[in-house]
Amino acid sequence: MRDLFWLIPFPPAASALALILFGRFLSRKWVTIQACGSVLVSFLLSIFSFAGLFGSAGESLPWIKILSPWIKAGAFGADFGFQFDPLSAVMVLVVTGVGLLIHVYSVGYMAHDKGYTRYFAYLNLFMFAMLLLVLASNMVLMFVGWEGVGLCSYLLIGFWFERKSASAAGKKAFIVNRIGDAGFLLGLLFLLTIVGSSDFTAINGAVRGGTIGGGLATLIALLLFVGATGKSAQIPLYIWLPDAMEGPTPVSALIHAATMVTAGVYMVARLNVLFGASGSAGDVVAIIGAATAVFAATMALTQNDIKRVLAYSTISQLGYMFLGCGVGAYAAGVFHLATHAFFKSLLFLSAGSVIHALSGEQDMRKMGGLRKYLPRTYPPFLVGAIAISGVPFLSGFFSKDAILTSAFAQGKTILWALGLAGAIMTAFYMFRLIFMTFHGPERISEEAKSHLHESPKVMTVPLAILAVFSIIAGYVGLPAILGEKADLFRRFLAPVISPAAEARALSIGAEGLLILASAGAAFLGIFVAYLFYIRSPHLPQALADRLPFVHKLLYNKYYVDEAVGAVVIRPLIRGSDLVYSGFDLKVIDGAINGSAAAAGFFGKALSFLQTGFVKDYAFAFLLGVALILGVFLF
Amino acid sequence: MTVPAGYFFVLSLVLFVLGIVAFFVKRDLISQFMAIEVMLNSANLAFLALARQAHFADAQVVVFFIITVAAAEAAIGLAIVLVIFRRRKSIRTADLNSLKG
Repeated sequence: MRDLFWLIPFPPAASALALILFGRFLSRKWVTIQACGSVLVSFLLSIFSFAGLFGSAGESLPWIKILSPWIKAGAFGADFGFQFDPLSAVMVLVVTGVGLLIHVYSVGYMAHDKGYTRYFAYLNLFMFAMLLLVLASNMVLMFVGWEGVGLCSYLLIGFWFERKSASAAGKKAFIVNRIGDAGFLLGLLFLLTIVGSSDFTAINGAVRGGTIGGGLATLIALLLFVGATGKSAQIPLYIWLPDAMEGPTPVSALIHAATMVTAGVYMVARLNVLFGASGSAGDVVAIIGAATAVFAATMALTQNDIKRVLAYSTISQLGYMFLGCGVGAYAAGVFHLATHAFFKSLLFLSAGSVIHALSGEQDMRKMGGLRKYLPRTYPPFLVGAIAISGVPFLSGFFSKDAILTSAFAQGKTILWALGLAGAIMTAFYMFRLIFMTFHGPERISEEAKSHLHESPKVMTVPLAILAVFSIIAGYVGLPAILGEKADLFRRFLAPVISPAAEARALSIGAEGLLILASAGAAFLGIFVAYLFYIRSPHLPQALADRLPFVHKLLYNKYYVDEAVGAVVIRPLIRGSDLVYSGFDLKVIDGAINGSAAAAGFFGKALSFLQTGFVKDYAFAFLLGVALILGVFLF
Repeated sequence: MTVPAGYFFVLSLVLFVLGIVAFFVKRDLISQFMAIEVMLNSANLAFLALARQAHFADAQVVVFFIITVAAAEAAIGLAIVLVIFRRRKSIRTADLNSLKG
């Protein structure tokens, strides 16, 4: 089976190409079959390749398949090649598995949309780019996938481009990502200059061989991390993700929760040897991650738009993943990536089901009491909320706890405390969402209520499947307290993660206490949410009145968008205006118009020669002939 | 008896100069046109004389080209003169200077 892994990205690519070129001639039914079928083929190939990993214990990892040479310029070269190892395996399984469910879900969600074919063309194209990203054997090809997912993200955020806010959000996402990508590109160029190749094996070799080390490793790692903060929405480049919710909800689930935004985490984990070689780069990653985890969680506390709560929650959870990677627990970070893909896409899809049922309403203040109307959406939604909150025995608990434990074990007590505070807030805002949406008094508008209906099976079955995975996915990575061998996930990833980067072991007692703390955080958050939104619904308002400053700050998301507008965007526009009126209009246009005027002036001056009489021209002709004859003859 | 080639060259030169003079002296398009034809045919004469004197067949081929071009030129030129006359009621070159710069 090892020869098949490189085929994984191509079925969605072929499907996307066909849909883009011939989509208008295809029936809806065929579009559905082709789009979902191609992802299914990729998923099956991924499973075969994954299974193949176990049958190849003695073989050297990663498997590499070079399809053809791609770029060759002097000392620098890059191949069109793929590689497969446990880390890629986890990623392709998550991408194709969750991607398949979201494709199926989209069939129901987008059923009434006139851009149905275009939607699936973009979605397939995204799958191709994402699979290219995680399977590439060198960073240049990875960068192609990296930009490809960015493009698809832009296209799908602005899918309903007739709406001004949607097209603006698409542009914002693209531009903010470009800023991050500039850093990524610089890091990549450094690597190419120093290593001479961007193959991951060559990079790891160069780091291990001492070609890259110390300050240089830190510089390159941090430049690449700038790219990761853009793609994975970390401080300071997170501002695009909340706006990205303008896209269709399944897109938010697939691209802006489960897969694309985790590309940064994947990249850091993929280059763990490089990040591990530089002590301070890891610290920066961990601090940014923990700060983002808490910062985004506080913003999620007061949002009223159901999708925006989930968007801030995604930013916060991505922060946890970076916290894990930053403290050297790459396996824990990737583990959280995988479990998060399940429960966050579950949450988004359930939210989509709610929005669909309410004919597009996203404001939680106009929901409430939906439990009895949406009997097939509520249970999966609840499972997702419990999983992300970190209640014991569901997936989110194991992965989040693994990260927090590692942070503590590395002696980063402050980061651990921040993470724990974030966990309390996570549980609070998730159950605030559940209570405001499904419990309490109905606040649904009459109009929405008249159309209120449970979503079709094609949407609720993927929810059920994701719910099952949100519960059981955690059991592949049990905490070390249950024995050295309990953490299957870490042992699976061991060939990819450099052992020096792993966390130190804690005593059983300390680890038990940490687990209790994590569980306590979850229950505390849920209890406070219950207190605020079920027991005494007047409390939130009372609290907001007591702390008007804090509430206003959180409600307006710390005025970050406004600050960015004032500090970056407005000066940029004003500067552009200045350059336009000062330089463009005066210097550039002046030069062009001036040369045209000069040509006109000299033309006018010489135009007396053009009398219009044939005879004058003939005379000039005659003179010319005489002159030439004279030159030749004498 | 054969006429020496030099006579033909002199005749050709005389015709050519006559053509030039006529072109500048005459004031209507038709006459100028005829002057051009005279110049073309003087060139033909020179070529033929050369061909006969030097047994040089290429020169005769050139003559055929010139005759062809002259025929085409006459056809198009006369058509243009006709159109100008219809529109302007005049073929005096002094009246035709609308292309003045």
